Amino acid sequence: MHKIYTSINQIVGDVIAVDAEDVGNTELAEVTTRRGTSLAQVIRLDGNKAFLQVFAGSRGISTGDRVRFLGHPMRIATGDLLLGRVFNGSGRPLDNGPDLSENLVDIGGPPVNPVKRIIPNKMIRTGIPMIDVFNSLVESQKLPIFSIAGEPYNELLARIGTQAEVDIIILGGMGLKYDDYLFFRDTLEEHGALSHSIVFMHTAADPVVECLLVPDISLAVAENFALEGKRVLVLLTDMSNFCDALKEIAITMQQIPSNRGYPGDLYSLLASRYEKAVDFETAGSITILAVTTMPGDDVTHPIPDNTGYITEGQFYLKNGAIEPFGSLSRLKQLVNAKTRDDHRTIMDTMIQLFADYRETQEKQSMGFQMSAWDMKLLKYGQLFEEKMMSLKVNIPLEKALDLGWEILHDCFLPEETGIKRSIIDQYWPKKL
Amino acid sequence: MTALSSGRIVRINGNMVTVTFDTPVMQNEVAYIRHGQERLKSEVIRIRGNLAEMQVYEATTGLKIGEEVEFTGELLSIELGPGMLGQIYDGLQNPLPEIAEQCGFFLQRGVYIKALSESKTWDFTPEKKPGDSVRAGDKIGYVEEKIFRHFCMVPFTLTGNYEIISIENAGRFTIRQAVAQIMDQNGKIYPVFLSQTWPVKIPIQAYTERLKPEEPLVTKMRLIDSLFPVSRGGTYCIPGPFGAGKTVLQQLISRHAEVDIVIIAACGERAGEIVETLRTFPSIIDPRTSRPLSDRTVIICNTSSMPVAARESSVYTAVTIAEYYRQMGLHVLLLADSTSRWAQAMREMSGRLEEIPGEEAFPAYLESRIASFYERAGLVRLHDGSLGSVTIGGAVSPAGGNFEEPVTQATLKVVGAFLGLSRSRSDARRYPAIDPLISWSKYRSIIEEGQRERGQGILLKGNDIAQMMKVVGEEGTSLQDYMDFLKAEFFDFVYLQQNAFDPVDEATVKERQIYIFDFIHRIIESEFVFERKDEALHFFQQLRQLFRGWNSISWQSDEFKKTEQEIRAFLLVRTREGKHA
Repeated sequence: MHKIYTSINQIVGDVIAVDAEDVGNTELAEVTTRRGTSLAQVIRLDGNKAFLQVFAGSRGISTGDRVRFLGHPMRIATGDLLLGRVFNGSGRPLDNGPDLSENLVDIGGPPVNPVKRIIPNKMIRTGIPMIDVFNSLVESQKLPIFSIAGEPYNELLARIGTQAEVDIIILGGMGLKYDDYLFFRDTLEEHGALSHSIVFMHTAADPVVECLLVPDISLAVAENFALEGKRVLVLLTDMSNFCDALKEIAITMQQIPSNRGYPGDLYSLLASRYEKAVDFETAGSITILAVTTMPGDDVTHPIPDNTGYITEGQFYLKNGAIEPFGSLSRLKQLVNAKTRDDHRTIMDTMIQLFADYRETQEKQSMGFQMSAWDMKLLKYGQLFEEKMMSLKVNIPLEKALDLGWEILHDCFLPEETGIKRSIIDQYWPKKL
Repeated sequence: MTALSSGRIVRINGNMVTVTFDTPVMQNEVAYIRHGQERLKSEVIRIRGNLAEMQVYEATTGLKIGEEVEFTGELLSIELGPGMLGQIYDGLQNPLPEIAEQCGFFLQRGVYIKALSESKTWDFTPEKKPGDSVRAGDKIGYVEEKIFRHFCMVPFTLTGNYEIISIENAGRFTIRQAVAQIMDQNGKIYPVFLSQTWPVKIPIQAYTERLKPEEPLVTKMRLIDSLFPVSRGGTYCIPGPFGAGKTVLQQLISRHAEVDIVIIAACGERAGEIVETLRTFPSIIDPRTSRPLSDRTVIICNTSSMPVAARESSVYTAVTIAEYYRQMGLHVLLLADSTSRWAQAMREMSGRLEEIPGEEAFPAYLESRIASFYERAGLVRLHDGSLGSVTIGGAVSPAGGNFEEPVTQATLKVVGAFLGLSRSRSDARRYPAIDPLISWSKYRSIIEEGQRERGQGILLKGNDIAQMMKVVGEEGTSLQDYMDFLKAEFFDFVYLQQNAFDPVDEATVKERQIYIFDFIHRIIESEFVFERKDEALHFFQQLRQLFRGWNSISWQSDEFKKTEQEIRAFLLVRTREGKHA
């Protein structure tokens, strides 16, 4: 059997060091203390010294406690039995259901071979015009929602989750308030989505190391479903808590910090998670939507900054609406040519005019005289905000496009929009 | 050489492994860690006493203290020969399609496959005869690879002059069969194969001289070719915040640039982007060669979730392949996306080595590494007098979109053109989002210099007036100034901006650029008669619409000429004395 070691000779933060032999890198161990048993993972080996991060935290660990190495890395059960269940960050049930150990897979598995990916080509409809029309969500996309604390990002996430047409939803919560957890559970239940959902929940009260496992566990389970041909949507909230947990461990391990205390490999650590989003040739897909709260609404903060370079765009949630500037879906061009042939025209024109509106608004606030053109822009901007941007709007894409033409027609002459004549002839509303 | 030396693991920290050894070990030597059945490739990056620190090109999960390490006595090298065009390699030159065949969906660690097929035969045609004198880099014959003559060259590693002893007649050979024997002055004989190996971190320099890059490299992006041009053999960088369109721009350049071969190094970026390239290139026909784009492309792909250490080597692998094709007298364009990820890979390793960090924890040698990478670009005259070039275009992803950060600054010092993307332009959907107010180029444009300067002048002036208008308002601006502002906006909208999703507008040939630039130049120089500002605004809005339509009509078609007449007639009404010819 596995050897048991009792010589813990260092406890710093949530990391302990133990003298042990024949230990593999990233291997899992069980630490038994007076308070119970916790899992721990090897994060560094130096001679016969093994450094482990203890999932339940180091509080209460004594130097004489027992460490038993399990001989394998972190694993998680997968398969249909997980559906409808709620687990914590180390994969233990939170819903009084039975512990599962079927189809165990290693978490954080190898990357997908790029030649086995296909170009994403299926749009996921959400009923939100700011997404469907202007920044379409695409199956297998990885997309964060950038916002500041206090914005309704969890509501938005839950709404997209329950309205999207997917086979399985996996929710990974990191550092959530208990209320938020209950909100998600209730929303999923209300929409009858709980039966095809799996929840991995780490709340703010749980040990920080468990937070680090949530994305890996969620994605390992998702990958398993995707390989079976399922279309999986993974919702992660809040990735900023995950990054802060990374920072905490990195500092504990005395790594040289690069930017505002975050580890230099933050980019790679985030990328290895987000890059699990995939559309497999001949199998299913994984789409990732993740909340990233930005400290101080600062998009140049290392967390949103590194995230933005990895993900395929972002939804920028501000003042309760998805802001057209700063929001981007990099994959939209792969799907929005196939919807309706005025889709791109409406998208480009309305945004360009909205940019002009913002400029006019600025001028107005400084007390300048408004020209006739400015007045038109002001009228347009208000209509746009009210009828398109508001998160209350819930209409299918085609309705939203028609609405776009109506708004343009109500505010401008055709040539003022800069739209090509052929498209004007076809779509400009004829009514007076 | 005696038996290869070996060592044992004493420390594991992420992808860095420390090994004890007792026989000589070389800096940057390649070694394999034996882990059960697996052999994991790694490279020595620091030696202290009897400890060698190595970066492992694979995940280190499960490795144990005491496991054996075999040193190979070789530097990290790649094999250069026919069969690379159209291929997709990882950062260590493993062909990814073959790996997929063997391992399925995932990249299993420790699986290495030969970069070139050893069984495929090539039609060899000799160009030299016994008795000829040759030196490193000289072409002794060729095989046909896709649309190119792939020359068989005297190994670059040899120095001095050699005499050909024997050379095979035309026939089919594999890369493992010698096609010639050559002898040095001391009578030692060397075989020559269709392929050869070369250490990636050392530049190939088997040419006569390096020349100044002067001939423009036409990318068919108007903003680049006309205002901020790039030369064959030159270097440029594209820094920009995320979402500003770096990758789209690099992809457009890879498709349209007038070069023989394009090497794409996807270094630490999204897998999705490279998937687009590798799925679409086989079906896009290159108008210049009437062959699929993939026939002239090599993709080196080390995406962000693949092992970090191999990311560091991927740019070297890419530039070595580029230099190899340059030796054949071809013009090669290397697109590296993104060099920041490469720099970050260096930073990660530096951190694990516990080196004293420089700015933002980047290592102190960051600048010199970046400089020596870009210096591998260049236009060269080969021994036989023909010219070849390697042009390097590097995307830079500055943290926070701030160009003051170390990677951007180190890059700006060594490149010949700076195409800076700005968030404000991309937010306003003005693509390509290259900011004409901050970008620069040291190369010559296809546009006549005076016209180019006036074009840039009106942009600067337009911007000044726009800034001023924010303070004094439209009513405080003179009609004259307002006209200049409108002209600058017009120039921006119809010339600088290019619709990447319009089949005609996405690429503009050189002749059309010169023609249209001249046309717009005359509009800029013209005086228009207007009573009021909103009248002028309306006029330019209409003109813009006409021009945009014109942009999506094929060059020199009947419709093109018809629209031109329409625009001229429209202009005539408002031009003072109707002087716009």
